[in-house]
Amino acid sequence: MAETTTNGHAQSVVGTRTVRPDGVDKVTGRARFGADFNLPGQLIGRVLRSPHPHARIVSIDTSKAEALPGVKAVITRADFADQPSEFIPAGEMMMNYKDVVRNVMAREKALYEGHAVAAVAATSAAVARRACKLIDVQYEVLPHVIDAVEAMQPGAPLLHDDLFTVGVEPRPDKPSNVAKKIEIKQGDIEAGFQKADLVIEREFKTAPVHQGYIEPHAALATVSEDGTAEVWCSTQGHFIVRAHCARLLGLDIGKVRVTASEIGGGFGGKTVVYLEPLALALSKKAKRPVKMVMSREEVFKASGPTSGATVRVKMGATKDGKFVAATAELKYQAGAFQGSPVQPGVMCAFAPYDIEHVYVVGYDVVSNRPKVAAYRAPGAPISEYAVESVVDEIAKKLDIDPIDLRMQNAAREGTKAAYGPKFGPIGLEETLNAVKKTEHWNAPLRKWQGRGVASGFWFNIGGETCVSLTVNEDGTVSLVAGTPDIGGLRASLAAVAADELGVPFDKVRPIIGDTGSLGFNFLTGGSRSAFSGSMAIVEAAKQIKADLCARACKMWEAKPEQVEFSDGAVRPLGALAEKAKPMTIADFARVAGKTGGPIGGVGRINAQGAGPSFGTHLVDLEVDPETGRATILRYTVAQDAGRALHPAYVEGQYQGGAVQGIGWALNEEYIYGADGKLQNAGFLDYRMPVASDVPMIDTVLVEVANPKHPYGVRGVGETPIVPPLGAIANAMENATGIRFTELPMSPPKVLKALKEKGLNKA
Amino acid sequence: MAKHHIQAQVNGDEVEFLCETEETLLDVLRDTLNMTGSKEGCSSGDCGACSVMLDGRLVCSCLVLGCEVGGRRIETIEGMAQGEKLHPLQQRFLEHAALQCGICTPGVLVASKALLERNSNPTETEVRYWLAGNLCRCTGYDKIVTAVMDTAAAMRKG
Amino acid sequence: MARVVLVGNLAQLTGGVTEFELSVTSVKQLFEQLTELYPAIGRHLDDGIAVAIDGQIYQDSLLEPIRPDSEVFLLPQIAGGSTSR
Repeated sequence: MAETTTNGHAQSVVGTRTVRPDGVDKVTGRARFGADFNLPGQLIGRVLRSPHPHARIVSIDTSKAEALPGVKAVITRADFADQPSEFIPAGEMMMNYKDVVRNVMAREKALYEGHAVAAVAATSAAVARRACKLIDVQYEVLPHVIDAVEAMQPGAPLLHDDLFTVGVEPRPDKPSNVAKKIEIKQGDIEAGFQKADLVIEREFKTAPVHQGYIEPHAALATVSEDGTAEVWCSTQGHFIVRAHCARLLGLDIGKVRVTASEIGGGFGGKTVVYLEPLALALSKKAKRPVKMVMSREEVFKASGPTSGATVRVKMGATKDGKFVAATAELKYQAGAFQGSPVQPGVMCAFAPYDIEHVYVVGYDVVSNRPKVAAYRAPGAPISEYAVESVVDEIAKKLDIDPIDLRMQNAAREGTKAAYGPKFGPIGLEETLNAVKKTEHWNAPLRKWQGRGVASGFWFNIGGETCVSLTVNEDGTVSLVAGTPDIGGLRASLAAVAADELGVPFDKVRPIIGDTGSLGFNFLTGGSRSAFSGSMAIVEAAKQIKADLCARACKMWEAKPEQVEFSDGAVRPLGALAEKAKPMTIADFARVAGKTGGPIGGVGRINAQGAGPSFGTHLVDLEVDPETGRATILRYTVAQDAGRALHPAYVEGQYQGGAVQGIGWALNEEYIYGADGKLQNAGFLDYRMPVASDVPMIDTVLVEVANPKHPYGVRGVGETPIVPPLGAIANAMENATGIRFTELPMSPPKVLKALKEKGLNKA
Repeated sequence: MAKHHIQAQVNGDEVEFLCETEETLLDVLRDTLNMTGSKEGCSSGDCGACSVMLDGRLVCSCLVLGCEVGGRRIETIEGMAQGEKLHPLQQRFLEHAALQCGICTPGVLVASKALLERNSNPTETEVRYWLAGNLCRCTGYDKIVTAVMDTAAAMRKG
Repeated sequence: MARVVLVGNLAQLTGGVTEFELSVTSVKQLFEQLTELYPAIGRHLDDGIAVAIDGQIYQDSLLEPIRPDSEVFLLPQIAGGSTSR
């Protein structure tokens, strides 16, 4: 059972649907997002981008641009020192600084259409545009390759002549586009397949998709003559921005102060830097603040969509439905530089199931498209789409109910995951049962309607976190957290602080502090901010409670065992109660100065113990055989939150992730021409779900407490995007009889498949 | 080319400004009038984050030129609350948690207000189709639709 | 003696040996002993490794205790942790 008591009393705020403290500013337009900041005297920065998907940069002549009136600075590769090879965590993936400096500003080569080649700062956007046109770049255009499988072929255009595949023995002596090969194995695959009565093998293909945040990247930077710098930017991790910028610009970390603006969506795509180092370099040269905002076209062409991939899955089961062996081969695009999420893809692929013999191999492949950035549960939606599709086929062929089949093979507490460790308490079975109990599961279906189910999970992470709680003179509490709030975090953290200290919710004022206000915080991602933040608040509150008890002891001349903190006050126990009255937080606040000074606590932790969150999705859809369009009729998400700090925002994560999955499954894809250029770099043709595309998304909050968190919390943000691809593909099969092994299942593709089977009539 | 001198009405106030021919109403609102409540998501009229009312009609301000609005009446998100009193839509969006990151929220609220002024009893389908021009990537639209319909019901009760 | 298993590509740095019995009481000691046995692995233990002790995954937690009967897995990191190296 999830923990519902704090300090021995029932929680009164945690678990309720409070109005978020930052809400009024957001519904009035007052909240300041990345592009809403301005500084006096600021210049407008603009990037010149490569029109070629692959080209050597022979020379860059910026003289005409520099001479244009109104242009105050121009930067190129010459303005960034090269970086030695060093891997760093970038959200939930790893990046190499040598690659980061090249992605931020191309050096030897332009490696994708849209790659930054130069940048200018000018007195207006119009002058900046004109200046970019005056920069003369000489390119030696090279052949390009985009698809991962094509990039792996011998003779494919080579992106990096110093990239040698890691993970292959013996180490290759020729460079290639394969950065890494990784494998996990358990048991004996050959023996396992011998035991199978049924073996299904399928190959699947997915296209790159973008995180689709509505707010483009934006940054405003100002550098002083003494090397101190300030940055305002829309980011999921301002401490990471600080670290990257300090490194790339050669500044002391302590001299860079980054303020995270409100962020208009990230989903992993804002865990890296694009504009910030450029704005700083321009500001350093121009000696004025520089503001840069990406256009929507630039977001599509020059930020980091996730991998397109080819995945082959083979599974064996006994005729009773027991999975005995499973293997998969994953080939993921990394984009221009290594670092696709193929590793988590490999680890997640079969993780929801207890399978004795498993072998998964994955390849990280570079190609001439933007460098991949994280996208919500990076790597998992792709591999689990493939696996859940095959599981569905097994269910059909063995005539076993698809939920029963998953239940029979479900990972439970104590199951050894294919990637090594045993699971602690987990909620996969609970979500399967929850779905089976819904009215949705039994609702009747008509012709051309189909139902699909799929499960999935994400590991979730903890990480370095620092949160401060300060009691103000009037007893109100200031909470400063360091992980940008992308969807209700402040409400959840304030609820925890309110219950921990026994103060009313509206007396807790949460803000996201800048990098100068707190110790290091890892970024918002990995479904970690509520999990880690709440853990840090419990720590900070402990410090405050201990401090207040100590002060009370001094004031009442008592021993520590004669006082305790409960129900919002320090209370005298036993005989002491006759001569001392309880003192609330507000009472102490009034005499704080006289009893030792300001009252506060700081939780500084590297949060461990993140528990995985499992989910099961159920979807009904209807296919129009004359157009190939699939309409989602009904959708249910059941997912384990451990303990929902704020149920409405947990539901919001379930619903939002499901709809992103719907878009990924049915319509979203990067469409490249033969020239390697993106053909649909706008919201009209990169078609994300709109309100009329989807129904209400029903949610079931499952709570299997995570024993490693004081309240039982599990991160929930990423798991919701993992099951939809498989669930929708399974529903499509159910509706049409056709197994779609390529995403998206967009109307033209569906119609073509229907026509091939002579089914395209109502 | 000389700038245009424009006088118009924004949220009931008379304003005047200079703008270049190519500047959109969105540019003018955000950069000249310092009203950053309307957001730029795409500049091509596809996302609705810049939604405003122009002479009582719902438009994408990125598709209107600044020099086109002389003598006309503009209503933005900044004018939706009445002093300290939030519009019922704003209040219910908060109560229903109909926003996560909040970037689409100003546009969605302006569009929703326009809907309820035309149709005080919309069906779920009508709400969804009316809001089809407002992209949201965080919420999946569920709580937005619930909040709009709940507001409609409350406003009907008076 | 704790049972230690290497998952994924780490085995390549130990010539294919994936399982060890080691007498260690913390993650820090474990890393030190492994590096003594296989120097090539040392660099990889600094960054990019998650450690699962009796089923619980830890990232960047050098001081985490390991019991004599613990089962420990070394996995590729899901990331998390400071960049200040």
